[in-house]
Amino acid sequence: MCTTCGCGGGELKIGGKPHQHGHNQGELRFRRPNHEHDHTHDHGESTRRVQVERDILDKNNTFAQDNRGYFAAHGIFTLNLVSSPGSGKTTLLTCTIELLRGEMPVAVIEGDQQTSFDAERIRATGVPAVQINTGKGCHLDAHMIEHALEDLKPADHSLLFIENVGNLVCPASFDLGEAHKVVILSVTEGEDKPLKYPDMFAAADLMLLNKVDLLPYLSFDVQKCVEYARRVNPRIQVMLTSATSGTGMDEWLGWLRNRGA
Amino acid sequence: MHEMSLAESVLEIIENSAAQHGSNKVHAVWLEIGQLAGVEVEAMRFCFDAVTRGSIADGARLEIIETPGMGRCLNCGKSMHLNERYDLCPECDMPVEVTGGTEMRVKELEME
Ligand SMILES: Nc1nc2c(ncn2[C@@H]2O[C@H](COP(=O)(O)OP(=O)(O)OP(=O)(O)O)[C@@H](O)[C@H]2O)c(=O)[nH]1
Ligand SMILES: [Mg+2]
Ligand SMILES: [Zn+2]
Ligand SMILES: [Zn+2]
Ligand SMILES: [Zn+2]
Repeated sequence: MCTTCGCGGGELKIGGKPHQHGHNQGELRFRRPNHEHDHTHDHGESTRRVQVERDILDKNNTFAQDNRGYFAAHGIFTLNLVSSPGSGKTTLLTCTIELLRGEMPVAVIEGDQQTSFDAERIRATGVPAVQINTGKGCHLDAHMIEHALEDLKPADHSLLFIENVGNLVCPASFDLGEAHKVVILSVTEGEDKPLKYPDMFAAADLMLLNKVDLLPYLSFDVQKCVEYARRVNPRIQVMLTSATSGTGMDEWLGWLRNRGA
Repeated sequence: MHEMSLAESVLEIIENSAAQHGSNKVHAVWLEIGQLAGVEVEAMRFCFDAVTRGSIADGARLEIIETPGMGRCLNCGKSMHLNERYDLCPECDMPVEVTGGTEMRVKELEME
């Protein structure tokens, strides 16, 4: 684990390089030698209670606010794409990139436990991408994004996609500084997922119901899925998409062009 | 399992607070965890023990205060207790907006 920021295992890699610090050197974690216990004594009289009242995610949220400030200063519209593994995020991204070609600059941060396959797939489209490998970590945090931005340096006014680690659970809790979380649910996963993983659907502003080209082969109930999603998040927007058939891509691109409006 | 990274953040808050107060031994930690915070309390205990081993909070007692999930019906406006995010308003059978129970906070420490 990074002893400066506690932001992941020793396996964390950003752009193929181990996690390093050119900044925050003053922030070294406080560690004193342990209180020796080779004798027994009563702690009773010497202890005191201290009020702390600090959010456990304070540190992540501080980095997220920094990232948000950076995005605002550079006019970058950032989306945090969250889903279970294999919902079609990278395919949707490469398709989106093709359709937006020449319209606006796009950049991508890819999060996976291992491999740089996804970043390579994005780079093959000609768009800059940085791969974050979280090792055993199951989510991206705002501090990793800050490091990735140092590498990526997205162009001003660009559209930045962050493809989170495939995991419908904890990426919900970690603000990365994005404008919106977009949850992608492929129809092969079943319509009950918004109720089984409510935190993620509650955290997202938009749900893409993806791979809808497969609906004829499944007994997936679209109405029910949308109803479940609205139960945990009455305000969630929903679009039906498929990179394979092109369904819903106009609506999705319209939303992107309007920056989520 | 994000309880591990949460426990690491808890330890960091403990270490900073202890340093501020000139202490090098923490005996007890009070966490406030909302019922809808997405934190598994047992996993948190396990990770806390693992993460604090060898630190100034080694062996510290972990007290977890669970705060109830709260929501407000978007239809009738009534406030209610929520066990799950997907609970519907018992009167209108309509979705409820979460208004509380998502917090995760280090409240208090007992230190030397
Ligand atoms: N039928 C159909 N298949 C799709 C669609 N989009 C993606 N796939 C397939 O779904 C599989 C996973 O696609 P990816 O784009 O790699 O999914 P991902 O969410 O990026 O996966 P991870 O990053 O590993 O979590 C691939 O075999 C794709 O060909 C779609 O719209 N329709
Ligand atoms: Mg992918
Ligand atoms: Zn770092
Ligand atoms: Zn995680
Ligand atoms: Zn009601």
